[in-house]
Amino acid sequence: MSYAELVAIILGISLILYVVLGGADFGAGIIEIIAGPKYRSTISKAMGPVWEANHIWLIIAVVILFNGFPKVYSTISTALHIPLLITLVGITFRGAAFTFRHYDAFKDGSQKTYSLVFQWSSILTVFFLGICLGAVMGGSIPAEISGSFFSYYMAPWLNVFTISVGLFTTVLSAYIAAIFLLGEVDSDEEYERLHDITIWLFAASVLAGGVLFLSAYLTQNAFPERFLNNPVSIASAATATALVPFIFRFINAKRIWPLRVLGGGQVLLIIAGWFVIQWPDFVIFSDSSTLNIANTQAPFVTMRILFWALFCGVLVIFPSLYYLFKIFKS
Amino acid sequence: MSDFLAARMQMAFSLGWHIIFACIGMSMPFFMAFAEWRWLKTKKEVYLDLAKAWSRGVAIFFAVGAVSGTLLSFELGMLWPEFMKHAGPIIGMPFSLEGTAFFVEAIALGIFLYGWNKISPRLHWISGLVVGISGVASGIFVVAANGWMNSPAGFEFVNGEYINIDPVAALFNEAWFSQALHMTLAAFASTGFAVAGVHAFLILKGKRIEFHHEALKIALIFGSIAAFAMPITGDIAAKSVAKRQPAKLAAMEAHYHTQEKAPLIIGGIPNDEEQEVKYAIQIPGLLSFLAHGNFKEEVIGLDQIPEDEQPPVAITHFAFQIMVGLGMIMMLIGALYFFFRWKKIDFFTKGWWLKVLVLATPFGFLALEAGWIVTEVGRQPWIIYGVMRTEEALTPMPGIQYSFYSIVAIYSLLTLVIIWLMSRQIKAIHKKYEVS
Repeated sequence: MSYAELVAIILGISLILYVVLGGADFGAGIIEIIAGPKYRSTISKAMGPVWEANHIWLIIAVVILFNGFPKVYSTISTALHIPLLITLVGITFRGAAFTFRHYDAFKDGSQKTYSLVFQWSSILTVFFLGICLGAVMGGSIPAEISGSFFSYYMAPWLNVFTISVGLFTTVLSAYIAAIFLLGEVDSDEEYERLHDITIWLFAASVLAGGVLFLSAYLTQNAFPERFLNNPVSIASAATATALVPFIFRFINAKRIWPLRVLGGGQVLLIIAGWFVIQWPDFVIFSDSSTLNIANTQAPFVTMRILFWALFCGVLVIFPSLYYLFKIFKS
Repeated sequence: MSDFLAARMQMAFSLGWHIIFACIGMSMPFFMAFAEWRWLKTKKEVYLDLAKAWSRGVAIFFAVGAVSGTLLSFELGMLWPEFMKHAGPIIGMPFSLEGTAFFVEAIALGIFLYGWNKISPRLHWISGLVVGISGVASGIFVVAANGWMNSPAGFEFVNGEYINIDPVAALFNEAWFSQALHMTLAAFASTGFAVAGVHAFLILKGKRIEFHHEALKIALIFGSIAAFAMPITGDIAAKSVAKRQPAKLAAMEAHYHTQEKAPLIIGGIPNDEEQEVKYAIQIPGLLSFLAHGNFKEEVIGLDQIPEDEQPPVAITHFAFQIMVGLGMIMMLIGALYFFFRWKKIDFFTKGWWLKVLVLATPFGFLALEAGWIVTEVGRQPWIIYGVMRTEEALTPMPGIQYSFYSIVAIYSLLTLVIIWLMSRQIKAIHKKYEVS
């Protein structure tokens, strides 16, 4: 396996960790909207020590992209300038509001404003992240900059398919958040309430997944065919589905860690399944040409150094992360 | 507003804003760890309160720094995709190292902020130190990448292609050390003076509590020592600039004419058309000495730089003067502070002295921004010095001004909220000490 492929795998892992861990943090904002202010303190307690570390997976992914696959980075950041900007505004407001809410010296009326900003910017961010992913995987970005402002800078990300991907990521992140939060609530009553929300969110995720496929067929984009022709992605989707009864059982039995592992595993399988479909392409253009590992990778020496830098970074990061989670999640 | 101007303004604004939070994130953890160390040593509760109060400040500033830094990591591509396409593989390494350092910082901060009762006091104190050390490391890596833009290394540029890439040589470019050293100290000087100013203001307002006295002392120790070291590191940086970027040095000094025994031009108003500086003080030979180490050596002026490769002189010159001037004042204040301590003079009751400190609150950050303008505007019209012009890097997307306006609006709003939040933090302290 080449260094470029190894680096691409680390990129994938960073993205998965961002979606699972960071996604849960965004989802927590959505849970607050659904369940009302009741879970506010639970969420603050659970997210407080870890959200910044979770957030950094995104930065790692971006750094890998512009270091290792610069053409992908420059293409995405040009074609998806607008949704990326909206995502980043969401990230800024989400992080700021969450921190302000926790650290404001007086817990008065301003808490309500922070919460509103935190909640709605969480939704905004995760929805537009999904839109960006949809544009990258759906084959709607033109290979060359051409046509009107709308046709290059808007249409590729503003269509039925990308919106359905956005909905899917939104619902999915709320589902992961619910699963993680089940282990954080204090009373039985809250647990029951969150239990119901989790089931509803699960149903909503399945529905959103169905809508995603349907919209892919309707817009005739590259995704369904790639999915159906790939045994690994079908297998990963099937496994994710097969986990469902176990997850339900663990929810009812209040077995938090197996539940978290399976819930996280489910999301991991869904995203890994998508990666398998996508591999070795990063961006699929509207003319079916692609930006892939081979035609975008940085020179060999950069890839080698990047890989080893990431490898050493991981040796530092994972034990520290383990220590962090051990202190606060035990 | 043209897209080019809008993109440059947006970059300047985003970086100029982020730099404040980044610098607080680099230096303030050391203040809070210092306070906690005093608490562990003396068991005086005021130090614990101080460590906790400052850590809340760090938490707020760090979070804002983290999200604005995320925005920047995307903005580089959203505004300058051509630059990133070519520079990414060459200078990506410091960024990937920075990613790791930043990760460690976030983890250590999480432990510090939420772990007061969960780990041993010693470990807790160490986690605070780790926040500071990894913060400084992140800063150094990012500045090293900027150093590469000023002093490109680690590749060959042949027929528009970037070949023979060597990321290690790029990281250790000629500018990295002098820039990183100067910047790191600037972080301590500016944060130290800003923190000292805030506490001096509160003492002046009659909140004569030990809390503010101790805070003022710690902040001034860090700030003054850094301020003393600034001219030395500035001299190293200036000599490096003289060697690598004669155009930048000439613009900083408004030095139009190449000459031996070049004078140092202090103040004045540069006039590009007449190629002279009006109303300035000129000290013969001093520029030659500062740039090259002897009073006679020739210093290249703007007349030797092709017209289309000259940076804007007035902005660079003014910014440089502001930076040096404010730095000098901060050094004087630092010297006074140590004089007071040496003579055991009670400076907390001296109104004029507290007023000076209050006045100096923004000096460090103003100097920092001015220095940043010197290094960035002084590099123009290049984004990679001598290799790629800034306008070549610009995104093809039209309408960048709207993105600029939204960033300005968002950051202005956040600035106001942060100031308000800080005032509430202080109120809470006063409530505890009952000096409302």
